[in-house]
Amino acid sequence: MYIVALGSIEEDVLTAVEQGLGHAYGFGVKRLSGLAEPEYAYDAQRGQHSSAHVLRQLITRVPEDAMSMLGITQKDLFIPMLSFVLGQAQLSGPAAVISLARLQQEFYGLSPDRSLAVARTVKEAVHEVGHTVGLTHCADSSCPMSLSNNVRHVDAKGAELCASCIVLVEEKTKHARAMGTIPNSAGTRNV
Amino acid sequence: MTHWHIMVVDDEEVMRESLAAWLREDGYNVDTAVSGKEAIEKARTYDYAIYFVDLKMPGGIDGIETMMEIRKFHPEASIIIVTAYATVDTAITAMKEGAQEYIVKPCNPEEISLLVNRIIKVKNLQRENSILRKKLTKQYSFHDILSKSPKMGKIFELVKDIAGLRSTVLIQGESGTGKELIARAIHFSGGREAKPFVGVSCAALPETLLESELFGHEKGSFTGASSQRKGKFEMADGGTIFLDEIGDISSKLQMDLLRVLQERKFYRVGGTEEIEVDVRVIAAANVDLDRAVREGKFRDDLFYRLNVISIHIPPLRERREDIPILAHSFVERLSHELGRKVNGISEGALRILLDHEWPGNVRELENAIERAIVTCKTTMLTDEDVAFLVPVADQGKASWNVPSNITLEEAERHIITATVQRTHGNIKEAASILGIDRSTLYDRLKKYNVQRE
Repeated sequence: MYIVALGSIEEDVLTAVEQGLGHAYGFGVKRLSGLAEPEYAYDAQRGQHSSAHVLRQLITRVPEDAMSMLGITQKDLFIPMLSFVLGQAQLSGPAAVISLARLQQEFYGLSPDRSLAVARTVKEAVHEVGHTVGLTHCADSSCPMSLSNNVRHVDAKGAELCASCIVLVEEKTKHARAMGTIPNSAGTRNV
Repeated sequence: MTHWHIMVVDDEEVMRESLAAWLREDGYNVDTAVSGKEAIEKARTYDYAIYFVDLKMPGGIDGIETMMEIRKFHPEASIIIVTAYATVDTAITAMKEGAQEYIVKPCNPEEISLLVNRIIKVKNLQRENSILRKKLTKQYSFHDILSKSPKMGKIFELVKDIAGLRSTVLIQGESGTGKELIARAIHFSGGREAKPFVGVSCAALPETLLESELFGHEKGSFTGASSQRKGKFEMADGGTIFLDEIGDISSKLQMDLLRVLQERKFYRVGGTEEIEVDVRVIAAANVDLDRAVREGKFRDDLFYRLNVISIHIPPLRERREDIPILAHSFVERLSHELGRKVNGISEGALRILLDHEWPGNVRELENAIERAIVTCKTTMLTDEDVAFLVPVADQGKASWNVPSNITLEEAERHIITATVQRTHGNIKEAASILGIDRSTLYDRLKKYNVQRE
C-alpha cells in the first residue's frame, strides 16, 4: 500500500495517515516521492479540481506491487454532479485521492484545529482506501466506511473499521495475502 | 441496499462515470448509458429502480423524451432529471411528465444521498407491500379458489366439513362462479383424492349420447357402438363424479340417475350385467333447481337425492371485495402464461373492474384480464386497457343476458326495483327512465310491494 503527496503536504499529516492505514488494515504502508500539485485537473468555471482527472493521473503512477495507492491533496475536489467530494476512489481500485481542503476548520471560517484536521484526514484516508479494497459504505455510523457528506459526519465516526468491514477486508485481500504482496496481519486485531 | 439497480444516462463521460462511481461506493449496482436511445434499449431488458437522466443530450432524444419512453414500460421507475441550468419551464415539464425529482448540477452530496435514500425507502415499502399482498392472497386461497368474502369463507368451512363424507352435494350458482372448482376442492380435501375426479357437462351432449357417456355401453348396443366402453360412473369408481348443468337432463336420464343415487348400481347401455360403483356424486346447476321442481321440469325425488348438501355460490357482483385479489392473481398467472411483463393494475383500471357488473362472473373477469394483458403496452394495466368493460347501464343497450325461467311479471318487478334503487327513490326520475308516467309507476310499486329506499 502506498501514499503520495500531491503538492505540499505537511509531514505530520503524512505520518498520521501512514500510521492510521497501517493500524486499520495491518498492511505495510510505503511513501512515494511527492508529485506536483494537480493543476491539470483545475476547472476554471468551478474554481475546483476534478477528482476524476486526478484519479486518472494517479492510475498511471501506481507501482506494480501496489494493492492501493492514496494521493493526498490540499485542493478542493469535485465531480460534475456534486458541489464537492471529500475524496474519491476506484472501487476495488487501486487508486484513491483525498482532499484536505474541507477537513480544515479554516474552510468554514473557524479557528484552525490541527489535531482535529489530522484526525479527519486519517478517517477519510481509511475510507477511500477501503473502497480500493472493495468495501462499499457501511451502515454502522461509527465505522470509517460509513458515508460522510460533511465534516460533521466525519467527526461522528471513528478511525477503526467495524468488525464486519474487517471480515470483508480479510475476504477481499485473501488472494493478495496468498501471493505475499501484503503481510498476513490485517484483521488480526481484536474486534 | 445492494439489490437495487440504478441507471445513469449522460453523454458526458466524466459526469456519467463519476456519478456512477460515487453511487457504487454507496453499494448500488450502477449501469450507464451514453444516450437516451441506449438507456431505452437497456431499460427494455432490465428494470432499474432509479434513473438519473441528463436533460440535454445530443442525438435526437433528450432527457424528457427518454424519460417518457422508459415510463411506457416501467411506469413505476423513479426518474431524476439532471440539468446544468434550472429553468422553471423545463422543471415543470419534467415533473408533469412524471419525473420524480429535478436536480440542478452540481448539487450538494448530502442532498443527493437523501434523495436516493428516500426513493429507495419508498421502493422497499412498495416491495414489502407486494410481498404482503401475495401472502394475503395465499391466506384467502382454498384449493385454487381465491376469496376474502365471508360468504365464500362459510362455503370453504362447509367444504372442509363435508369433504370426508360420501353424501351427494348440489352446487348452485350462476355461470362462471366456480362450481367445478368447489367440486374439485371437495374431492381433493376428502379421502378420495387418490381416485379419479370425473367431470361431465350434461348440457353438452344429446340424451342418447349422454346416457352412453355416463353409464357406458356394450358392443353393438347402438349404431356406432363398435366396442364395449366404460361410462363416466365406472371411470370415477372410488372417486367423484361431477355432473355439471344437471338441470338440463331429460326425464329419462333423471330416472336413471335417481336409480344410481339410490342403489349405487346401473346397467351399461345394451348391457345385462349390473355394475356396482362407489362414487361420490356432486351435481351443479346454474338454474334455480327449486323452481324447476315447482314447475315440474325436474323430478322432486331426484332433487332431494341430490340436494343432501346444498352449496350456493354467490355471483361476483355480490362479493366485490374478491375482485382485486382475483384480478391481481389473474394478472400474475396470465402475464406469465402469455409471456408478457404486466405486473400490476392501475387504480383507474381497478375502479372500472370494481364498477363492472360481471354477468359472466369470475370466468368473465379472467377473460377480461387476458384481453387487457394482450393489448397492454406497459407493465401495468391501465384504464385504457380495460375500457372495453363499459358500465352496465350502457351495456344494457347493447346486450342483456336474460335469466332463464323468468316470467314477464318478475322481469318487470326486477327492472322497476333496480331503477328505483338507482334513482335513490326519486319517482319522477325513475318514471322518466322507464318511460311510464308516475301514477303507473306508483301502481306497479304497490303491486310488487317495492320499497322506494
